[in-house]
Amino acid sequence: MSNPVQHATSADRMAVRLHGIGKQFPGVIANDDVNIDVARGTIHAIVGENGAGKSTLMKILYGVQKPDSGTIEINGTQVVLGSPADAIQAGVGMVFQHFMLADNLTVLENVTLGAERLHGIGTEARAEILRISDAYGLNIEPDVLVEKLGVGARQRVEILKVLYRGAEIVILDEPTAVLVPQEVDELFDNLRELKSEGITVIFISHKLDEVLSVADVVTVIRRGTTVATVDPGSVTARQLAELMVGSELPSPSTETSTVTDEVLITVENLTLPSDGARPLLEDISFVIHRGEVLGIAGVEGNGQAELVEAIMGMRPAATGKVTLVDRDLSTLSTRVRREAGIGYIPEDRQRHGLLLDAPLWENRVLGHQTREPNVNGIFIDKGAARADTQRIIKEYDVRTPGPDVLARALSGGNQQKLIVGREMSGEPILLIAAHPTRGVDVGAQAAIWDQIKRARRAGLAVLLISADLDELIGLSDRIEVILRGKLVGEFDPGEVTPEQLGSAMTGAGETA
Amino acid sequence: MTPRLTRIALGIAAPVLALAAAFLITSLVLLIAGDPVGEVWSTILSVPATRNIANIINSATVLYISGLAVAVGFRMNLFNIGVDGQYRIAAFTAAFVAGEAWLPGYLNTLLAIVAAILVGAAWAGIAGVLRASRGVSEVISTIMLNAISTYLVAYLLRKAAVQEQGSNIIATKEIPEGSRIPAFSLSDQAGTSVYGFVFIAIVLGIGYWVMLNRTRFGFDLRATGRSEPAATASGINTKRMIIYTMLISGGLAGLIGLPILFGAAYSYGSTFQSGLGFAGIAIALLGRNHPIGIALGALLFAFLDEQSNPLQIVVGVAPDIVKITQGIIVLTVVIAYEVVRRIGVRIEQRQVAQALERTARDKAEVSA
Amino acid sequence: MSTLASAKDRLAAIRPKGRISPWWILIGLAAVLFLFSVLQLVTGADDLASSGTIRATIIATVPIALAGLGGLWSERAGVVNIGLEGMMILGTFGAGYLGFHYGPWAGVLGAIAMGAIGGLIHAVATVLFGVDHIISGVAINIIALGATQYLAALTFTGLPGGGQTQSPTLGDVNSITIEPLSDALGDIEGSGIFFVSELAAGLRALVTELSLLVLLALLLFVLTYFVLWRTAFGLRLRSCGESPAAAETLGVNVYRYKFIAVLVSGGLAGLGGGFLAMVASSNYRDGQTGGRGYIGLAAMIFGNWRPGGLLAGSGLFGYTETLGLRRGGESVHALLILVAALLVIVAIWQWRRLRHVSAGVAAVIALGAAALYYSIEAVPGDFTRMTPYVTTLFVLAFASQRLRMPAADGQIYRRGTAG
Repeated sequence: MSNPVQHATSADRMAVRLHGIGKQFPGVIANDDVNIDVARGTIHAIVGENGAGKSTLMKILYGVQKPDSGTIEINGTQVVLGSPADAIQAGVGMVFQHFMLADNLTVLENVTLGAERLHGIGTEARAEILRISDAYGLNIEPDVLVEKLGVGARQRVEILKVLYRGAEIVILDEPTAVLVPQEVDELFDNLRELKSEGITVIFISHKLDEVLSVADVVTVIRRGTTVATVDPGSVTARQLAELMVGSELPSPSTETSTVTDEVLITVENLTLPSDGARPLLEDISFVIHRGEVLGIAGVEGNGQAELVEAIMGMRPAATGKVTLVDRDLSTLSTRVRREAGIGYIPEDRQRHGLLLDAPLWENRVLGHQTREPNVNGIFIDKGAARADTQRIIKEYDVRTPGPDVLARALSGGNQQKLIVGREMSGEPILLIAAHPTRGVDVGAQAAIWDQIKRARRAGLAVLLISADLDELIGLSDRIEVILRGKLVGEFDPGEVTPEQLGSAMTGAGETA
Repeated sequence: MTPRLTRIALGIAAPVLALAAAFLITSLVLLIAGDPVGEVWSTILSVPATRNIANIINSATVLYISGLAVAVGFRMNLFNIGVDGQYRIAAFTAAFVAGEAWLPGYLNTLLAIVAAILVGAAWAGIAGVLRASRGVSEVISTIMLNAISTYLVAYLLRKAAVQEQGSNIIATKEIPEGSRIPAFSLSDQAGTSVYGFVFIAIVLGIGYWVMLNRTRFGFDLRATGRSEPAATASGINTKRMIIYTMLISGGLAGLIGLPILFGAAYSYGSTFQSGLGFAGIAIALLGRNHPIGIALGALLFAFLDEQSNPLQIVVGVAPDIVKITQGIIVLTVVIAYEVVRRIGVRIEQRQVAQALERTARDKAEVSA
Repeated sequence: MSTLASAKDRLAAIRPKGRISPWWILIGLAAVLFLFSVLQLVTGADDLASSGTIRATIIATVPIALAGLGGLWSERAGVVNIGLEGMMILGTFGAGYLGFHYGPWAGVLGAIAMGAIGGLIHAVATVLFGVDHIISGVAINIIALGATQYLAALTFTGLPGGGQTQSPTLGDVNSITIEPLSDALGDIEGSGIFFVSELAAGLRALVTELSLLVLLALLLFVLTYFVLWRTAFGLRLRSCGESPAAAETLGVNVYRYKFIAVLVSGGLAGLGGGFLAMVASSNYRDGQTGGRGYIGLAAMIFGNWRPGGLLAGSGLFGYTETLGLRRGGESVHALLILVAALLVIVAIWQWRRLRHVSAGVAAVIALGAAALYYSIEAVPGDFTRMTPYVTTLFVLAFASQRLRMPAADGQIYRRGTAG
């Protein structure tokens, strides 16, 4: 196949041209008439909010999924990408947001897999990996099991995998989501180095400051379609965000303080031992007052999840004391703790918060199966539970035809609204919200922020864990930083900047 | 179509599809082997005589309990492959206890039934405890326990049994007449009696449904089966639920052999019917863990077994052909349910999307 | 330090990782023999390591090992295969039918082919249609049993010595005897010298009437190790069991590798069945497999999803099976004292690692075994035959942290779900 003559000059410069790409899933249009031209040797960012269709688009470009319509040109040649093998053949490589590594195989095996023809799977391949690693400063040892590697190292292995295959076009899907600011800077240095070698980088993100600092061109996607391609020098982050959302942005601004002197929850010397040398949680103590939101900031994997689970009683090995008002919860089960007045919005709502294949009303009962109005003696009261689900649907604006729909059929934002409604209906004293707006659309995000503020006004104690520093600063009355299972510093959200929090989170700052 | 109608239609479509596929594949096997396809089916699908109906109900009773035992586990994502071992060791225990006749009449029966439930539950409980405390897959552990129970029962039988004169079949002492469960007859003809245990089986089915669908315990059990992390987060002690579920499943399994024991065999011997546990797996799958579905599945399997008996004499085909059919049904039924489930989810997602669009439109019109 | 030099240094520092080499297996075998020699001396149970016992052990081990090897192939590609039992059953029939009509080697091929058909059903159901692996396995076991019974009645009825439940007598594949060596070793074995005599017995079993199928089975183990761990094909296959999503994003056709793995798995299990029909006995018989497919699975788990460990596990199970048949009561009785001694060592070890509970459990069982040894004369055969299963349960219960199954084993993978 040859390129049309009239496009010859521009096509020469284009590494990738996507034209009229469309992709539909049952009930959802993921992509619709997407048009993007990516020039060779540039860093091209694609931005859009969660669920806008960025990842689907990239999976199409990498051959994981086939488009329903549209054409793909790579280096001026129209291609049909039936599988990742075709994409690799065409010089496209991808670093996935959730790393595609087999833990139980070595780095060498992970890198050579599928590319055994290049340098075999033995000595020669090992030498090549070391060469690339040294050339780009990736610092990778080939014979280590991947399970022994940390997040940063895994990402470097992923990049090495792509380079090993001689890719000229590298896609990175939300590469900074798992990194702290300092690691992000290193990654960006790597990307600039790739660019100087003539490699084309397609960079997917929804963190706009990062995009503006690294990209040469930015394409905005909204509701599955491309709405604008802009020069990062000529827009602000706020303008870009409004392009993404299509309207003015909500922001998690704090209201006047409602903090009182009354302590609702006291955590003392909470420690959670691990199999290794360092405990997962070490000597954590804090209090939250009536009407107060305590934010926990930290790089993921520093003990946030464990902290929440220990307070919920899901970690029997935990020692220390948890007191809710006057009641010592330390030895009680998760169910009793919930009954005592803890509401829980879990981090991974699909895994921990919902029964995806159960109707909404059963999901209403979940976590409240010992309480009115769901039960009647040892029996479940289906009628009352359905009626109350109907109430939540209405009060919390859950978009669904009714309480008998399976939870799986709802969008992420509506699932989360249902969970918030359910947890609030238990009339909790303490609300634990772990990453409450992760992966939800802007509308639902605003609604959930609103609910948290309302809970605060209503005199609840709120423990908020989030990776979104703006969210933390906007909603919290106080922020504690967690690092390697320890609380290492307390900040006033009215004064702290995201950068200061970032350095405390990595232990680089002097605050600790 | 309304959502409810769609759901019902899809629910019926799956088993029908599965049976049709199994029917076709079996016919294909017969064709390739050069056996008379038409005659085989006309023999199997002929109207059963009263005597055969009694036999079908009797074996269906046994299979039904086996299906229930497996289904309890399935509802919690536990795969109790050990039903086979559990029922054999329990049936032996019941036969031994009842044969010893420490108590008079029906008290003796009751004691034996309780002993069977306890032994079946305990045997399954081993797998439950191993899973809950050591994370050992219940599939593997129950396979091991099946084999162990085989040898254990063989050993105990030799210790406890009395040898029948003039044969090398050994068996436990016969249950005294006063402790047997009376049968009732379908007609005046001989050989048409149906186990009295069939009523107990029906009660078990109702109890199973009420427990799972109406009680808090059942809710916890189903929630744990659907998502263990979500159940834990909701305050359910999932490890304890694993043990409870295995105990219930094993307890039910303990009852499987009893209709035969108290209704026909009256003793446990080396020829006591085996393999009922694996049939239970097939039937639970076929019936989708629903008590009525399981009943239909049990009747179907019993029907196939009974109606294939004369095949050898009538058309000279080994009756084992229906085992192929039964095995294929297990596969096709799972595939059909999965296909139908996916279609169902797709339809529902579309309906949700449509409903939302409609409300969005309405709102827009109102504001305009 | 320059980059080049550092890369070179690191290359030089790389050693093949600590996998069990063949030498260690030989040393292990010798150690076991030595232990048995001591045991024979102490207890007077003299059938523990006679050449007869060892030969019977080999015969009993091979079918289990082949089934386990089948399990290994399949599970390394991420497909749990409890249909091994059914595939073995199909293999026994394949060997019976083709073996009778076209000679022993055709029987071998027939066994492999029939097993592979079972594998094909499993692959279609689990890989293509996404059926739960356990359910598919159970279904295959039901279908295979029915199909062989149906086919046996169809094809063996009326043949000389054949009938509904058994085939006519089959010829065996060739076997090797190295006459002079066998006789000489026989003399040494008879001499009754401590350890030397046992060593001679072991060697003699290897040079006397050794079926070629035994050699073939051994070869298949070596081949499996080489293919799965030393070739690109093997890396791809294993990656499907560790992380199919990662494999797919690198252009590996996950479905194809899973298909191949499950087909090979079926073929190996079928061969195990064929071995039962042709070497371990002399014809196809209904119910011949007796749950060996399940034991093979257990041996594979016991061997931590690795060929060496699997072979050791199969050997252990084959040995206990043999003892169950050959005056087993006495031999197992003698082994009790060995078990007690080993458990005492475990208890001391655990105590020193401050694991007081496990140490206590081990000590109590050790005491129990010792008490049993002194209180009874012989262990009933039923209990001997139970040993492999009980052993597996204990291994699962107490060593499950050390077991490492393929990370995506048993999970249903659908194409296009990566990323």
